[in-house]
Amino acid sequence: MSERPLTENLKADGSPLSFAEYEAAGGYEAAAKALASLTPDEALKTVQDSGLRGRGGAGFPTGAKWSLAPRGERAVKPTYLVANADEMEPGTFKDRLLLEGNPHQIIEGMLLAGYAIGATAAYIFLRVEYTRAAARVRQALAEAYARGWLGANIRGSGYSLDIHLHTSAGRYMCGEETGLINSLQGRRATPRAKPPFPVVSGLFGKPTVVQNAETLANLPPILRRGADWYKSLSSSADAGTKIYGVSGRVKKPGLWELPMGATIREILEDRAGGMQDGRKLRGLLPGGASTDFLTPEHLDTPMDFNSIQRAGSRLGTGTMIVLDDGACPVGMVLNLTRFFARESCGWCTPCREGLPYLAQILQAIESGAGEPDDLAVLEEHTRLLGPGMTFCALAPGAVEPLQSALKYFREDFERHINEKRCPWSNG
Amino acid sequence: MTVLFVDGKPRELAHAEGNLLQALLTLGYDVPYFCWHPALGSVGACRQCAVKVFRDKNDTRGQIVMSCMTPVRDGMLVSVDDATAKRFRKSVIEWLMLNHPHDCPVCDEGGQCHLQDVTVMTGHNCRTTRFPKRTHRSQDLGPFLQHEMNRCIQCYRCVRFYREYAGGKDLAALGAHHHVYFGREASGALESEFAGNLAEVCPTGVFTDKPARARYARKWDLTTAPSICAHCGLGCNTIVAARYGRVVRVENRYHPAINGYFLCDRGRFARDFVESEKRIRTPLVREASAGGLQPASAVAAVKQAAALLGNKAIGIGSPRASLEGNFALRELVGVDRFYLGLSAQDARLASLALQILRTPAVPAYSLHEIEDAEAALILGEDVANTAPRLALALRQTARRQPARAAAATGIPAWQAHSIADAIHDRLGPLYIAGPVATRLDEIATRTYRAAPDDVARLGFAVAAAFDDRLPRVADLPAEVAALVAEIAAALKPARRTVVVAGLWLGSEAVLLAAAHVVGALRGAGFDAGLCLVPPEANTFGLALLGGRPLADAFALARQGEVETALVLENDLHRRAPAAAVDEFFAAVKNFVALDCVSTRTATRASVVLPAATWAESDGAFVNNEGRAQRFYRVIPPQELVRDSWRWLDALAGVNRDLDGVAAALAASSPEFAALPQAAPDAKFRLLNERVPMQPRRFSGRTAIDAAVEVSEPKPPLDPDSAFAFSMEGCDGQPPPALTPFYWSPNWNSVQALNKFQAEVGGPLRGGEPGARLLAPDGPSLAPSSAPPAFAAPADHWLLLPIQTVFGSDELSALSPAIAARILAPFVALNDDAAKALGATAGDALLVELDDEAVRLPLAIEPLPHGVAAVWAGPDGADARPPAWARIRKEAR
Repeated sequence: MSERPLTENLKADGSPLSFAEYEAAGGYEAAAKALASLTPDEALKTVQDSGLRGRGGAGFPTGAKWSLAPRGERAVKPTYLVANADEMEPGTFKDRLLLEGNPHQIIEGMLLAGYAIGATAAYIFLRVEYTRAAARVRQALAEAYARGWLGANIRGSGYSLDIHLHTSAGRYMCGEETGLINSLQGRRATPRAKPPFPVVSGLFGKPTVVQNAETLANLPPILRRGADWYKSLSSSADAGTKIYGVSGRVKKPGLWELPMGATIREILEDRAGGMQDGRKLRGLLPGGASTDFLTPEHLDTPMDFNSIQRAGSRLGTGTMIVLDDGACPVGMVLNLTRFFARESCGWCTPCREGLPYLAQILQAIESGAGEPDDLAVLEEHTRLLGPGMTFCALAPGAVEPLQSALKYFREDFERHINEKRCPWSNG
Repeated sequence: MTVLFVDGKPRELAHAEGNLLQALLTLGYDVPYFCWHPALGSVGACRQCAVKVFRDKNDTRGQIVMSCMTPVRDGMLVSVDDATAKRFRKSVIEWLMLNHPHDCPVCDEGGQCHLQDVTVMTGHNCRTTRFPKRTHRSQDLGPFLQHEMNRCIQCYRCVRFYREYAGGKDLAALGAHHHVYFGREASGALESEFAGNLAEVCPTGVFTDKPARARYARKWDLTTAPSICAHCGLGCNTIVAARYGRVVRVENRYHPAINGYFLCDRGRFARDFVESEKRIRTPLVREASAGGLQPASAVAAVKQAAALLGNKAIGIGSPRASLEGNFALRELVGVDRFYLGLSAQDARLASLALQILRTPAVPAYSLHEIEDAEAALILGEDVANTAPRLALALRQTARRQPARAAAATGIPAWQAHSIADAIHDRLGPLYIAGPVATRLDEIATRTYRAAPDDVARLGFAVAAAFDDRLPRVADLPAEVAALVAEIAAALKPARRTVVVAGLWLGSEAVLLAAAHVVGALRGAGFDAGLCLVPPEANTFGLALLGGRPLADAFALARQGEVETALVLENDLHRRAPAAAVDEFFAAVKNFVALDCVSTRTATRASVVLPAATWAESDGAFVNNEGRAQRFYRVIPPQELVRDSWRWLDALAGVNRDLDGVAAALAASSPEFAALPQAAPDAKFRLLNERVPMQPRRFSGRTAIDAAVEVSEPKPPLDPDSAFAFSMEGCDGQPPPALTPFYWSPNWNSVQALNKFQAEVGGPLRGGEPGARLLAPDGPSLAPSSAPPAFAAPADHWLLLPIQTVFGSDELSALSPAIAARILAPFVALNDDAAKALGATAGDALLVELDDEAVRLPLAIEPLPHGVAAVWAGPDGADARPPAWARIRKEAR
């Protein structure tokens, strides 16, 4: 078994590591080292060298993002750090594992990130339904403050950081970093235009770095054991490990930390135990609900950013949703489209109006009221709601399952329309 | 010079500062848009303005961008006609139409709807969806606006104007996804006094002018005239619309230096006073035998009134009458016997204000210059109530400094939300010193609640901080001295500072203090200007004409030297205490009133001549900057209701048109020499034709009077202007002062204004209308010293008459929509004073002045010690100057 820096310390019973347990496992060593012997620039350099890319879905290089925040003489006070723990992507539950199982690792990651970017205040923006995680994070924060790992002049280093826990308003849009920032300010979770990027003008108009919770959990091991070690964990172009997940009708749905670039087959068959008996794999969304379908022919594709993109989808959050032959692909796409339509913030026209329209058409097809022209309308909308047409990435992501379903499962759509019923329904 | 290549053609732009949408519109391309607004900036929400841009000549695919969110670059390659861009723009309309009702035929916006225009522009003409439309419940938003949420296309303009631009709180975007709702938490009148702008800001029929529904007509069936708002002293430009001889509505007329795109609700909804039951529509002559005023013919009334004019006649002018009306009166009675129809206080202060504004060192800022300022100091005036559009301008001033700082970091100045997010809650220096809480306090850096004399002392002290030669203000309390230092430090880095004061407080010291601050700032090398708020539409015009104060007329009458008094458009009860007015009427033998509404004064006249309202007459007002601006009648001349100056000329036996009166006025004094330049004269022709006040599409031209006359009558012409009350005339663009409507092929809504601007959102083609009359050639101000600190005599309060945006203005209070928003009367004391009287809010208090006493319920307000404030209602002692009063609790 390879190294699992994110999950190797998780307890089997699912209870969180206490401060003492985390410390005994090497916790806060990286923080001690960074505060005592690294300058913020050196900490940044280590993260840049590690090749760490954001685990929230977009895969933006973490060190590169930090380097865009005004530094040195140009530094703006305050600079903010935000942990994006608003895990609301359907099928994605990887951050929850870390938040509930080892909140200290995320807190230490925030301390390291905050130190590198010169943040004076940080927020954990937590999905509102994660009440267990909220309690555990709150407890861990109290412990970290009590041990002097948070607050003023941390361990005599001269560096100060406060971390506040903020539970979200319960909207998918809050996970988009600028929507999150608006929500954190108590406003509608409408995204902001970019540029200016949050690292220049973010929370309260100040430079702000927003990182996914899993990304932050990578930082203590990187700072403790070095960039070269981190890169050595993976044989793919992307460094480190990733928490992969599988949901759907497989034998053992769940989460596994594997080296970046593990193949879909390895995850699906070796870890999740393959399809349930009597079920055949028809397709899968590799990185959560807003990624394109891949099919059995893609099973040997490595789950890293570039390989999945070449296969026609996105790594996203790395947590796949499996479609089997006993489920209606139209029904699945309808379900997802309805979710995205409902979660649109209502700011820009194509997303606000286009997604409900798609949901209406898909509902009509699913319920046997589809019309032959519907497929052309659906197809055109996957382009009209594509990147650049909408204000943010919600709608382009939302139409990814649809556009690939139309490619891979077209005959299923046509059968619905021709037979005027859902072939999977009992009626 | 910047060059854009649009669909292959090189097009030149004056500069490269704006966004691509604005540039393309300026170049004349019909790029559709919804969420962008020239005054509100770009936010990229509606996605309607998509165009394609290409990286370079080798880029054949290009990229769709929202032109409103794309900065202009020199040499940029753009395609408006690109097939993908056109398809996308059409799709945006198709999406909006999924839920927009097909109710155009019964929608108030129909025919002037930007959504209709854009739908036609994009070519979406076939509904393909088979699904039901989303519906909403609409709300009752009060007397001004009709709400129909089903028509909403979620462009967010309403909340951006209402909340972000105008500071309103009670309209919000509610809900999410395709259920986003723009309304209040519950039905109720919109609180902001700028809510009416939503009727123009909304690109479709969600917010429409509610009172206009009573006399609804399509835009193409309206006769419209350029006008000037008559309900405060700022001179906002308006378009007044009429149908069947009745005023239908008032809309904004863009003036780049004054009102820009927005009006206040007093100005927009005042117009129904024209239909008030108090209107005088026929001459009246008092006949003792018949028991009072009786209708008479124009000839008989003029004859009777003229007969009363003897050696001992005097004329009393009016700040709500036109320059020409006041001048004709002065000519009729003679300069020596012309009296300003102003209270003693207003007369004194208006004259001082003009003296200040003529000073070379103290320029009068336009509203546009005020919005461009980075710091503001308000001394005394409650501008949100006395000059609401100025308060809206000052809200922009407060954002100017942080917005410029944000823009300096590389965020385009027009990228509205990015700037707002970067600013967050930071505001530039805005200091408010005054006796009452104001609606601008919430954006003030600091407020200083003080009596008028103490406000003046603060001003003098700030001036002295910039000019060592000015006398120091003695005995300033430490906290005030600290505030002075803070203000001085805050004004120094500002690129431009505006100091605002006004006539409301009745304090010469406050006006002088304001002038001294500006003078001292400019003397120290800082850019600064002044804004002095006149209380009424033509206060400064009347004061410019000059004349003796009203008190002198009263004194003359007491001496038995007045046989006949001609009172022009003025209710003397609003100018002087009742006892003095009564005494005056008793002493005057004959009394001729010219007015449009029946007032306490007019009802006592022996002859009443029905004056035309501003919608029925031609004339000019002079605003706070000293700018003379022409308004034009929208209703054709009538036999019995005439311009005041025309009645007065008839009394004098003179027959002149407006240009004749204006020419005589211009010749009377160098101050008025520029008046004829305020607008083109009646001989002006556009390609040899008159300017039509009706659009090409005006329908029912011959049917409109068919019940009376089946032959087609000659359309009426305006004898005083270049206008024809007709659709016939030149179709071209008239000069801005003569623009009766905004209309252009494909552009039927108010957004057609784009086609009348030399640069979209900027100057008008043909320049700024109006003529500045005040030349900076007067003597410099002598340094004056601050008054002593305020101290009320024992058991006395300084009683300030509160100004309210709805109610204080005499004529607008007669409009039913405005009347519905008028506050109930009250007297306000601070908490300590109320406790000392043993009174709580709502208790009846007896307010005793020298000559009268009123009973009013108590309201608790954070007033300075020794100051009380009273709102006595629209007919009450509203125009009474600040005075000493006793206040006590009524025994039960």
